[in-house]
Amino acid sequence: MNRTKRLRAITRNGVALVVALVTLFPIFWMISTAFKPATEIYSLTPHPLPAHPTWSNFANVINGSVIGMPYWTFLRNSLVVTLSSVVVSSAMALLAAIAVARFRFRFRATYLIMLLIVQMLPQQALVIALFLDFRAANLLDSLVGLTLLYIAFSLPVTIWMLRNFVAAVPRELEEAAAIDGAGPFRVFFRVLLPLVAPGLVTTSVFAFIFAWNEFVFALTFLGTDTAKFTLPIYVTYFFSKGSVDWGAIMAASVLFTLPVMIFFLIVQRRLRAGLLAGAVKG
Amino acid sequence: MPYLLILPSAVAIGLLLAWPAIQLAVYSFQDYGLPQVTGAAPTSWVGFGNYRLVLSDPEFWSALRISVLFAVVVVPLTLLVGTLVGLLLNRLGRKMAAFVSTAALLAWAMPAVSASVIFVWLFDPDGGLADYLLQKLPSWLGGGARWSQFSWTNAPLPAYTVITLVVLWQAFPFVAVSVLAGLKTIPAELHEAARVDGAGPWRVFWKVTYPLLKPIFLVLLLLSVIWDFGIFTQAYIVTGELGNRDEFNLGILAYDKAFTMPPAYGVASALGMVLTVILLIITAGYVRANIKQGAVA
Repeated sequence: MNRTKRLRAITRNGVALVVALVTLFPIFWMISTAFKPATEIYSLTPHPLPAHPTWSNFANVINGSVIGMPYWTFLRNSLVVTLSSVVVSSAMALLAAIAVARFRFRFRATYLIMLLIVQMLPQQALVIALFLDFRAANLLDSLVGLTLLYIAFSLPVTIWMLRNFVAAVPRELEEAAAIDGAGPFRVFFRVLLPLVAPGLVTTSVFAFIFAWNEFVFALTFLGTDTAKFTLPIYVTYFFSKGSVDWGAIMAASVLFTLPVMIFFLIVQRRLRAGLLAGAVKG
Repeated sequence: MPYLLILPSAVAIGLLLAWPAIQLAVYSFQDYGLPQVTGAAPTSWVGFGNYRLVLSDPEFWSALRISVLFAVVVVPLTLLVGTLVGLLLNRLGRKMAAFVSTAALLAWAMPAVSASVIFVWLFDPDGGLADYLLQKLPSWLGGGARWSQFSWTNAPLPAYTVITLVVLWQAFPFVAVSVLAGLKTIPAELHEAARVDGAGPWRVFWKVTYPLLKPIFLVLLLLSVIWDFGIFTQAYIVTGELGNRDEFNLGILAYDKAFTMPPAYGVASALGMVLTVILLIITAGYVRANIKQGAVA
């Protein structure tokens, strides 16, 4: 009995280890390739680790010798678009979340159902109409236009998630502060905001990942001006440069992926809670 | 007061999500191409003309077939793998569970662009790892020399095999974590009681776990169908950025009609509408599932 139990535990852990390693493998392969010199990348017998690790792929990407423009340009574009859309959409989402979690009003259910529906509209279909609108409004090849899109498209999910966090704050705390003579602004900044801060972090991470990773809109709206490219478009741009330099592409993906990965590892515990609050409210 | 609070988000969503959806519907009934964009000719109503054009286009039927088949294969696969990993996570020790779920969530957080690019490289005919390993495989396992420089992106079946792997890799973690969260809500006594009564793991799952987690499975199923039927980024990159017309799915075909010269916005909008309507029908199920669970109340 005891032996079969132990045997089962060992099998379970063995399977778990295999699952984890297989899952991590593509990430490992990306990093490993990024450090390989060209002779090893195109070798007939690929090795898991670079025999002669080199920084040259990264150097080529960062100084821009592959596509004629340095990495920093694209990093800056991505940061500008991502950070500004996260800040604005989080503020908007918080206001809306307070409305739906704290007030009963006539169009509340309509508003919530609308959020569920619009978040399912396919971006690759909407992009057709949006392209014509942005063209008319002179917002093509503009980071401002892209930021506006990211704000709007991250809102449905962030509001939906954030309202659970607001609802979880006991109403009595706000009432007690109000009885002590605090005005609505004081109640908001001193009581509600500190308590929903963890939730705000979670939803911001979602908005961040969405904007940082977004591809369809960036591809369509930044089509002609290379200097405006965000990182996802920049990574795929290597394909269009004649012969495919996998070392450079992998180095570029590492530089694109690493910031999200690190950020993600820092907040992952909270994120796990948010992932569930957002999609599967049981 | 509540109206003032939802005003900013309602305006942003209305202007950039709801309004374009309405425009898309309008354009789908119009003759809208390059002359109309440049102002050389006015837009004119063509009734169902664009839709007739779409329905008589063999490319549409090929794209629809690909979209449907892809969802039919990938959705059950994702749910199966995700559920198995979720069940496994539930029985692991604390440290091992943390390790596996961190690995899985890293794959989930990976940008779709990076994931696609990595898999295109893994399956590259010149130097890619997959062809190398398949060559080394003994022939009774299907390996051998025919895999030498095998191109995965030149035909729909191999290309969508690669896309399936990319999507599975990035989508199973979400299912696993959701299932795990559901499992945590089931009292351990229920499982123990079933086991004491002599039920094997298979019976325990179908008689105890599945009925209790049914709402979660329903939501996961609907979300997966919506995501996979409308898959764009991964398919766009793996199939060579609009390079192979016989590998288009619905979303890519609509995109191609609008953004490959000369643009046919009317026809593209009709295609976009077909995609949107199909997804909205599935979404109706998703909304109903949410209302039933009391998420809207």
